[in-house]
Amino acid sequence: MASKAVYSQRDPMLKKRDDFEDILEERRNSSDLRYALRCYAPVVYKGLCPSKAGTLKSMVLQSDQLHYVIHQVCRETGRAVDDVQEEASSILEEMAHRLQLSTVRFFAFTLSKVFKTLFRSICVNEEGIQRLQQVIQEHPVVLLPSHRSYMDFLLMSYLLYTYDLALPVIAAGMDFMGMKFVGEMLRMSGAFFIRRSFGGDKLYWAVFSEYVKTMLKNGFAPVEFFLEGTRSRTSKSLTPKLGLLNIVMDPFFKGEVFDVSLVPVSISYERILEESLYARELLGVPKPKESTSGLIKARKVLSEDYGSIHVYFGQPVSVRSLAEGRVNRCQFNLIPRHIPKKPSEDIHSFVNDSAYRLVRAQEENMVLKPWVLLASLLLQNQVSGQKRGIALDELTEQAVWLRDLSRQYGAFLHWPEHTPPSEVVSSSLSLHRGLVRISEGRVQLALGQSYAVTPEEELLSQAVIILSCASYRNQALHVFLRPALLASAIHTASSNKKQEVFNSFSFLRNMFSNEFILCPGTYCMLFTSHWCCVSTGALQVTQQEVLVTERGHRTLVFLTSMLDPFLQGYQVVCRFLCEEATEALTEKQFIPAVRKFIIKHLLAGRLRYTEVLSSDLQKNSLAALLRLGAVRKIKGYQGTLKVNTVMVNSLEDTLGGKLPTQKAVIARL
Amino acid sequence: MASNSSGGSSDRQRIAQQRLRIIAGHLQRPVDGDSAILAAECKAQGSKPDTSREEKTVPRRRQEIMKWNGWGYSDSRFLFNKKGQAEFTGKRYRLSGMIIPGLKDWFECTFGASLQHKTPATPLLNSSAVQPPTLNEAFVEELKSTGIPFSQDAEDRVFRAHGHCLHEIFALREGKFGRVPDMVVWPNCHNDVVKIVELASKHNVCLIPYGGGTSVSSALECPPEETRSIVSLDTSQMNRILWVDEKNLTAHVEAGIVGQDLERLLNESGYCTGHEPDSMEFSSLGGWVATRASGMKKNIYGNIEDLVVHIKMVTPQGVIEKSCQGPRMSTGPDIHHFIMGSEGTLGVVTEVTMKIRPMPEYQKYGSVVFPNFEQGVACLREVARQRCAPASIRLMDNEQFKFGHALKPQVSSIFTSFLDGLKKFYITKFKGFDPNRLCVATLLFEGDREKVLQHEKQVYDIAAKFGGLAAGEDNGQRGYMLTFVIAYLRDLGMDYYVIGESFETSVPWDRVLDICRNVKARIVRECKERGVQFPPLSTCRVTQTYDAGACVYFYFAFNYRGLSDPVHVYEQVEHAAREEILANGGSLSHHHGVGKLRKEWMRETVSNVGMGMLKSVKDYVDPNNIFGNRNLL
Repeated sequence: MASKAVYSQRDPMLKKRDDFEDILEERRNSSDLRYALRCYAPVVYKGLCPSKAGTLKSMVLQSDQLHYVIHQVCRETGRAVDDVQEEASSILEEMAHRLQLSTVRFFAFTLSKVFKTLFRSICVNEEGIQRLQQVIQEHPVVLLPSHRSYMDFLLMSYLLYTYDLALPVIAAGMDFMGMKFVGEMLRMSGAFFIRRSFGGDKLYWAVFSEYVKTMLKNGFAPVEFFLEGTRSRTSKSLTPKLGLLNIVMDPFFKGEVFDVSLVPVSISYERILEESLYARELLGVPKPKESTSGLIKARKVLSEDYGSIHVYFGQPVSVRSLAEGRVNRCQFNLIPRHIPKKPSEDIHSFVNDSAYRLVRAQEENMVLKPWVLLASLLLQNQVSGQKRGIALDELTEQAVWLRDLSRQYGAFLHWPEHTPPSEVVSSSLSLHRGLVRISEGRVQLALGQSYAVTPEEELLSQAVIILSCASYRNQALHVFLRPALLASAIHTASSNKKQEVFNSFSFLRNMFSNEFILCPGTYCMLFTSHWCCVSTGALQVTQQEVLVTERGHRTLVFLTSMLDPFLQGYQVVCRFLCEEATEALTEKQFIPAVRKFIIKHLLAGRLRYTEVLSSDLQKNSLAALLRLGAVRKIKGYQGTLKVNTVMVNSLEDTLGGKLPTQKAVIARL
Repeated sequence: MASNSSGGSSDRQRIAQQRLRIIAGHLQRPVDGDSAILAAECKAQGSKPDTSREEKTVPRRRQEIMKWNGWGYSDSRFLFNKKGQAEFTGKRYRLSGMIIPGLKDWFECTFGASLQHKTPATPLLNSSAVQPPTLNEAFVEELKSTGIPFSQDAEDRVFRAHGHCLHEIFALREGKFGRVPDMVVWPNCHNDVVKIVELASKHNVCLIPYGGGTSVSSALECPPEETRSIVSLDTSQMNRILWVDEKNLTAHVEAGIVGQDLERLLNESGYCTGHEPDSMEFSSLGGWVATRASGMKKNIYGNIEDLVVHIKMVTPQGVIEKSCQGPRMSTGPDIHHFIMGSEGTLGVVTEVTMKIRPMPEYQKYGSVVFPNFEQGVACLREVARQRCAPASIRLMDNEQFKFGHALKPQVSSIFTSFLDGLKKFYITKFKGFDPNRLCVATLLFEGDREKVLQHEKQVYDIAAKFGGLAAGEDNGQRGYMLTFVIAYLRDLGMDYYVIGESFETSVPWDRVLDICRNVKARIVRECKERGVQFPPLSTCRVTQTYDAGACVYFYFAFNYRGLSDPVHVYEQVEHAAREEILANGGSLSHHHGVGKLRKEWMRETVSNVGMGMLKSVKDYVDPNNIFGNRNLL
C-alpha cells in the first residue's frame, strides 16, 4: 500500500481528488500551548546525512562547484582568492536559514491563536499528507505551493509541523529581511533569503545554487519555493519562474540523486487578507497612509471573518518520470559536473514545460468557493450596464447554472450539497459584504459609495472594488479558459469554417500566453477545448464547420464575456501604442502613460471594462507584443520602446475581430 | 606465415593419427562413421612435443565433463540436501564437499524463496528437439578431404549455440533450443583454421568462432535470420603453448587454450601470465583477445591489451599479423586494436604471443571493513591516486558482504566460531559499525615477501584514514572464491524460482557512488513496476581501480514466482539498468563486450563516424559476412 503511492507516479497529474479535514477544529478543542510544545519527530529521507545548519554552510563553501567559480572570478577580476572566498562566505551568511525548533514552536503557538480568530477553518487533504510522508522518506522533496498571500509560507510550515512532517526550508525574497525582527524570526523558522535579481553575479548564483542543492541532496529538509516567484495580485497563476526549478532538478540530471519529488500544493483562500491592497497596487494607487485610522483598520483585519482556507497537497511528481524520454542525461557525461554550464536547449524546454505542468496542477486543485462564481456573474452583470443590479433569485438561478457548467469543466468546486442554493448564495455574499451591496432584493457591486472629489478619484475607487471582484473571478478562470478561448475564437472568426476557427483560436492562444497558463504545445489544447464544449452540448462539430447549438448559446455568451475584458485590454494597449507612444517612451514610463490613456477613455465612456486599468494586464500585453516582435526594446536607452505601428494596428484589429486572422500573422507567430 | 616448417614425414603423421585415435577412444563415444577423425599434420608444431590430451581440461565433447544447461563441471553444483542445508558437491573447489549452513536462511530471507517451491530443469538433452542441420554439402565434402574433425551431432551443436546469459540458460533448462549451429569443426592448428576459412568463403558458409563459451553478451547466439549453413569453429583443441622465450619473457600460445591450462602449464616452468578473469577456468585466450578481457590482477599484469605482444588472426581476406615482436610501435593505428574487441566478426584469432612473468614468490590475501560504502569508495580512490593498488582490490557493498557471509562453510572448531563472534562483536559493538551499512574490501598482494608486507602496510594505513579496519586474510580469500562459485549459485537459484545475472561498467571516480546508488535503485524500482512480487537483490561492487575511474559490477536477482514471463521481465529490467548506467556516465561495457545484447547502444557509444569506421573495416575484411555472428555492429 505504502509503496503503491510511490510507484503510481507515472501518471503525475491524477484527476481524482481527496477529501478534506479541518485542522482548526482540534485547535479549538485542545491546548495550544501543549500543541506547541509537543514531541516533534518527523520521518526523514532515508539517505539523510544528518548535519547541522553550520556544517551545511561549510559543505557549501568547500564544494567543488564553489571552488571552481571562486577561482574563475579571481582569474577574471584579478582579486585575491581569500577576498572572493570571504565574499562567498558573507553571501552565504546573508542567505542561510537558521532553522530552530523553538522558533517554530513559538509560531505554532501564536499562529494557532491568529488562525482561530481569522479563519473559520483550515482544511487539508490528509491523503496528500500521507503521500507526502511517503515520498519524504524515499526521495528529496520540493514543495511548490501556490502564492496568493504572505500567509502562504507560514501556513505551510504550520501545517507540516501539525502533521509531524519535516519542516521545509523556504526560499524567500530579500525584501522580507528588511523587516528587522520579523526577518530574523522567519530565518529561524526556516526561511533563507535570496536577492530578487542577481543577473550576472556568478558568485552569488554559485553560492545560492550550491546551497539549495546541498540541502536537497543530503535530504536536510524539503525545499520549498514559489514557482510563480511572487504573490499573484490577481489570483491568476503567474508565468512560472524557472531558476529555482532548474536548480532542484539539476542533481537528478547529473545523477547525484536517484529522483526528486515535486509536490504542488494549492492554497485557496475564501477571502484574501490582502484583497484591497492588491487592487490598489494594480491601480498604482498609494496605500492608505499609516495613521491612527490605519491602525484601527489593521485591528479590524483581526476582527473580520476570512472564511476558510483549503490546502491541497497534490500528487507528488517524480522528476525522473517527467524526464523519461525527454532529457538525455548523457549530455552531462563529458564535462565535470561541478563546472557550471548553461542549461542546454532541451533541458530548458523540459524545465519550462514541467513548470507549466506544475502550475497547472496547482490550478486544478484550487478549491473554488461559490463566491467565485457569483463574482464572475456580478462582474458580467455590472458591465452589461444594469445599474440596479441583479435580482437575488435570478442571481441564484444563474449561479446554479454556472455551478453545473463549471463542474462539467472539471472545476474543484466546494458548493455545500445539502444547503438550498439561495442560502449558499446569501451566505457567500455576506462574507464579502465589502464588495457587494444588497438592497431591495437586488444585488450589485458596492460601487459609488466613496466621497471622492474628482471623477478620476471616483473611477479609481470603483476600480478597487472591481479589481477585487475580478481577482475572485480569476480563481475560476483556469476552468473556463480553454473553452473560452474557443468561444472567443468562434466569435471573432469571420466564418464557422473549422480552419478559420482554428486560426483564430491559435492566434488568441498565442496572444494570451503571457496572460494565462497555457501549456506549450498547441495540438492537445484545441482538442480538449473542442471536447469540453462538445461534451456539454454547446457546440456541434461537423466535418467542415463548428456550430453553436441552441442550448449552447448561453454558455458561449458566458464564456466570451469571461475573456472579453482581456481582449479589450489588449486592444486598448495596442491603440495606445499606435496613437500616443512617442519616440522616447521607455518601459518604465509605459505603465503610467497607458494608465492615463485608459482613464481618459474610461471617463469618456469609450471603454466598457474598468478592470483594464490593472497594471498586470498592461504589463502582460506589452510582454506579448514584445514577444511577437510588434514592439522592440532598444538596448542602451533605458529600455526605449520602438513600436511597429502597422503590426500593432493589425493585431488590434484582429483582436477586435475586424480583421480576419491572416495566415501571415499566424505564420509570424 | 608458417607455410613451410616440417616437410611432412608420413611416419610421424601416421603415429600421431594412431595416438589420436586411442585418445579419442578414451574421450568419446563413437561418432557417425563419416566424421572420422583424421590427424592432419599440423605445421605450427612447437618445439615442445605435443603434451598428451588427458592433461587438458577441455575435450572436444564438452558434455563429458560439463553441464549442458548450467555453469561449469557436471560434478560441481550447489544443492539443498535432505536436511535443508546447502552443500557444494564435487572435489574441485575449496568449497567442494562442504556444508554451508548460512545459505538457506540468506536465500529464503533475501528472495522470499522457499525450498518447497522448486523449478527443476529438464534433466536430459532431448536431441530430437534440436532442429536438423542445414548443411552445405559442397563445403562438407571439401572439409572431409582436409581431415579436420567435425560433427553434426545435436549435443555438440547445442553446446555451441549459447553463452551464459540468463535467457540462454533459462531456455536450455526448459529444454528449448533456438537456432543452433549446423555443424561443429575442431581445427587443430592455425593452418586448419586457414583451410576452414577458405572453404567457408568459397562455399558461402557462416562461421561462428567458439572459444570457452563463457560469453555473457549473446555473442554466441546464432542470428535467427541467418539462412546459410552455420558452422561453429571450436578452437578448444588449439591449446598448445608453442614456445616460451625466457629472454624476452614471452610465450607463443595457440588461442584456444583456456585460462587455467595456460597458467598451469606456464607455472610448471615457473612463469605465469597473471591474466585471471573470473571465468579463467573455461574462457580461452582467443576469447579474451576478441572481447578485450580484463583480469583480476590487472594492477600488476595489465589487461589483455597490455599483455598481448603479437596476434595472428585468420580472416576471409587472409591472415593479419605484425612483422615483428617489438614491444611498441608507431606505425599508424595499432592493427591489434581492430582485432581486440572484434568479437568474432572479422576472423579467428589463432595464435598469440603474450608477456609472461616469473611466478610471484609470495601471495597474501587481506580484507578491510569500512563503516559504509562511501568511505570504502573514498579509500579505493585514494589508493588509486597514490597508485599503490595491490594486485587486486575489490569493494563489496553491504548486501554483498552479507551474501559473502552466508557462504561461510561450516566451521569445524568451536574456537573459530568463538573468534568469529568476537570479531563481529568488536566491529559492530566496540567500533560502532552498523551491520546494515558496513562493507568490505578484499585484497590480494603479490610479489616478494618483503615488498608484499611493506605494500600491505601502506594500503592498510590508507584504509585506516577512511575508518577501515583490517578484517583478516580469510575474509579476503573467501571473497575471491565467491567469484568462481557465483555462477554455480545462479543454477541453484534457478532451481527455486530465482533468476539473476551480473553486469559491469566502468565509470569516472566522481561518478562511482552515484552510479552505484542510482542503478541499484533503478533495478528495485523497475522490478516493482513490472510486477515482481518480492524485493530483488540489487547489489554492486567496485572490482577494479584505474587512474581515472573504476570498474563496477552489479549483481541482480529476484524471485519470479507469480510472473508469467520472467525472462522478459528480467530483460526489461536489465535494459533499464543499462540505460541508467549510460545516463550516469558509465560505459557500455568494461570487459564483457557488446555482443548482440548491447548492440543497440553502440552508435551512441562510439558516434556515427566511429560506427562508420568499424563498418568499413568489416566491409573490407569480410565483405561476404562469413563471420556472420552479427555481434557489435
